[in-house]
Amino acid sequence: MDAVVVRNLSKSFGNGALRRDALKNISLQIPARSMTALIGPDGAGKTTLLRLLAGILTPVADEVRVLGHPLPKEALALQSKIGYMPQRFGLYEDLTVEENLTLFADLHNIPSRMREGRFAELLTMTALGSFRKRQAGQLSGGMKQKLGLACTLIHPPQLLLLDEASVGVDPISRRELWSIIYQQVANQNVTVLLSTAYMDEAERCDHVIMLHEGEILAQGNPGQLATPLQGHAFVLENVLTTPRNLQAQIAQLPGVVDTVIQGDGLRIVMQQPVPLELPKNLTAYGIPKPVPARLEDAFVSLLFSRTVRHPILLPPQRDTTGDHAAVVVVKDLFRYFGTFAAVKDVSFSVRKGEIFGLLGANGAGKSTTFRMLCGLLPSSSGTLRVAGVDLRTASDAARAHIGYVSQKFSLYGALSVLQNLSFFAAAYGLDNQRKKDRMAWALEEMELKSYTAMNAGELPLGYKQRLALACALMHEPSILFLDEPTSGVDPLARREFWARVNALAEGGTTCLVTTHFMEEAEYCDHLVLMSLGEILAQGTPEEIKDKVRSKDHPRPSMEDAFISLIEEHEQTSRRAS
Amino acid sequence: MRPVFQHVFALTIKELLALLRDAASRAVLIGPPIIQLLVFGYAATFDLKHVPFIVYNQDQGRLSRDFIARFAGSPSFGLLRIVHNQNELEQAIDDKSAMMAMDIGPNFTSDLERGKTTHVQLILDGRDSNTAGLASGYAQSIVTTFNEAQIASHGGAPPSTVFLDRAWFNPNLDSRWFIVPGICGILTLLVSMLTTGLSVAREREMGTFDQLLVTPLRPTEILLGKALPGFIVGIAEGSFIVLVSIFWFHVPFTGSFVGLYIGFLCFLLATVGIGLMISSLAVTQQQGLLGVFLFMVPAIVLSGFATPIANMPLVVQYIALLDPLRYFLIILRGSFLEGAEASLFWPQYWPLAVIGVVSMIVAGRLFRQRMY
Repeated sequence: MDAVVVRNLSKSFGNGALRRDALKNISLQIPARSMTALIGPDGAGKTTLLRLLAGILTPVADEVRVLGHPLPKEALALQSKIGYMPQRFGLYEDLTVEENLTLFADLHNIPSRMREGRFAELLTMTALGSFRKRQAGQLSGGMKQKLGLACTLIHPPQLLLLDEASVGVDPISRRELWSIIYQQVANQNVTVLLSTAYMDEAERCDHVIMLHEGEILAQGNPGQLATPLQGHAFVLENVLTTPRNLQAQIAQLPGVVDTVIQGDGLRIVMQQPVPLELPKNLTAYGIPKPVPARLEDAFVSLLFSRTVRHPILLPPQRDTTGDHAAVVVVKDLFRYFGTFAAVKDVSFSVRKGEIFGLLGANGAGKSTTFRMLCGLLPSSSGTLRVAGVDLRTASDAARAHIGYVSQKFSLYGALSVLQNLSFFAAAYGLDNQRKKDRMAWALEEMELKSYTAMNAGELPLGYKQRLALACALMHEPSILFLDEPTSGVDPLARREFWARVNALAEGGTTCLVTTHFMEEAEYCDHLVLMSLGEILAQGTPEEIKDKVRSKDHPRPSMEDAFISLIEEHEQTSRRAS
Repeated sequence: MRPVFQHVFALTIKELLALLRDAASRAVLIGPPIIQLLVFGYAATFDLKHVPFIVYNQDQGRLSRDFIARFAGSPSFGLLRIVHNQNELEQAIDDKSAMMAMDIGPNFTSDLERGKTTHVQLILDGRDSNTAGLASGYAQSIVTTFNEAQIASHGGAPPSTVFLDRAWFNPNLDSRWFIVPGICGILTLLVSMLTTGLSVAREREMGTFDQLLVTPLRPTEILLGKALPGFIVGIAEGSFIVLVSIFWFHVPFTGSFVGLYIGFLCFLLATVGIGLMISSLAVTQQQGLLGVFLFMVPAIVLSGFATPIANMPLVVQYIALLDPLRYFLIILRGSFLEGAEASLFWPQYWPLAVIGVVSMIVAGRLFRQRMY
């Protein structure tokens, strides 16, 4: 039996000139007790579809039937049988973990004799048992998502709708979230429909639906979807020295759909099933070897033909002789909040033109370190030098050297794209001619031209990210801080973003990045891995992976390295305490 | 040369755009002030009109009917009905159908015709002490004119001392003339505090505050960029209400606009300073809003808007010296009703300026402290 049946469903928002079609005449079926992933770029209609199936929006369709209930007629009856977790789950931040659970149990009329057992079960499953009395607002991002999921599951649902449940969550918490979801499907016979920006998550589902601009591009099981691309994918191995540069060059070659850095090699997807002919200057890298295609290849190449991509060109070669000078130096840095040490004895240095990655679980101290570097937070002790000065005490003019993109792409939501750009240009003290030039550059390079009059708050997420980056680059800073710049952004927009960062670094801008996406760590020249406020490992991506390389595991991915290093560290520190 | 002016200008424009482009905050700036202006302007009045009263008239004579007619004909009172026994009278006061009752004795006419003093019992509903007091005063003045008429027509010794009262500045003692300029002050306070009190907290919540702090902008510039929109919105909204007072509510404006606008500037300096103080303390907009109202309510009560400051306990009178609104109300009422010029307002200008400068400095300090 199908849990969800949709025939010719459309949904639009707004009227007249502002009318926007979120979903265009789509049909789909989701079998019961299966896991289905919704993937697609920002604004594809994923959230709208989930909300329609949860009975929150009114559909225009020949038929929408969820768990046998026709919508919108029986929305109320349906809602007692489903669990819906929206992108930003509404936890009550001032209530404790237990109070939040009790509240949702009250809302779902769970009889009190059944509660204790259910709470215990959920708290064990989410490993939140020891945080019962902690306020939800005090939990880390990953724990909040787990608590949100627990609240959604409090009344065992027959259908679970999850909207980007793992956005902004570190790999360890993400793995825990997934094990909970798996348990639901295996033991409780739950049907799961989830939207995600992670292709590896989609790959784990039985069924994948690919949405683009309100239409279904493709659907099927992950293997099926990748089938048409078998023979298109290749890997160029051992390109250790300059993978980023090589990637940027190969991406411009005709017939290339996608290139990503993967471990010590470069993964290339071609438009046609023919191997890539490397131009003469690159033949030294060897011959690309064919590899099996995967879901992400299908996703990227399906969108490749539908979107006009603006090539991001590398800046001309520059003189790199002075690059070994350290532009950011952190030594013996500590930061306490009360008695809690958020950052413990952190030391590292960043060289000019480097992409420097700060990795770690939620609450590892990455953002705290960033805020101290930017002068937003005083350190408890230790030395901080950015471009030779401590930004806490340096003159205001010194801040003109840095650009900062914060976690949430902080922009003035009520101001238009143009007004945001114009404001930041003035804030950085650009004179009229330079302001004009830089604004033209931002609109051109970041492809914001068609959005100039739109309020920043209404932009699709990928464009918000571009605008935030543009605002932080108005004054051409020599050092750029990017705090989780790709959180929640779809794979295409992430590729584009990294191509931009790469071009910036090639042009001599030093980029410091925090990220949860382990494959993105591969783009960095140098990495620092943090856990519980301390540095666990630092070095090039290869050096970090070497630490966990073993006979059974000769080619660990960055995610494997991350998880095993952090788990090892957390265990030893727990034993010590 | 540091482009301080450009910086502050850019910040001000940004702030005004953020306020006016957002439908919700636009509505907050425009809706409530107009509603309050109308509610206060029309509904809040101290004048008594048509106080319902009843009469238990035991007298059969001509003079008692004349006496009652003077009340019934007055715009302040309205005769509800004539009752015929004491019980009915008590009942009407009890169930609040009548505010006032008159009990006229059986010898009213005969006593007066014989030149004797007679008594009329006036019963008032003391549960509403304010109205009862006012009604009693109005009744007293009707009795006085009745007595004068009696003396004029029948002769007799005129009273030895008589008040000839003239109300200056507001000859008809129209309470709207008193209240509407007051609202002008309250609404200017409300709007300027809302604009500034929530602004830093809003940026903290959005995360844009960090973004501002990593630019080369100085804290002082950011503070000025937050203060100026408060002035602009305050002056604009205040002027609008002044115009409505003059042309819609027909409150005469007899003073000078120069005097009034110097007052506006001093007053806004104080309220914007206090608003920014609240703003730099508040972490969330909710806290900011709470802070604004925590300040607003006592500021209005202690301002003399409705009740005279001179009647308050001494300690409270000292506290009221810190209330910017009290000074501004004097300036407003002076400008509207007294024909006062700027030179007369120095005793009001300087305390406002002092409060303003001190709160601005404190706000600047707090701003820097709470920045991280």
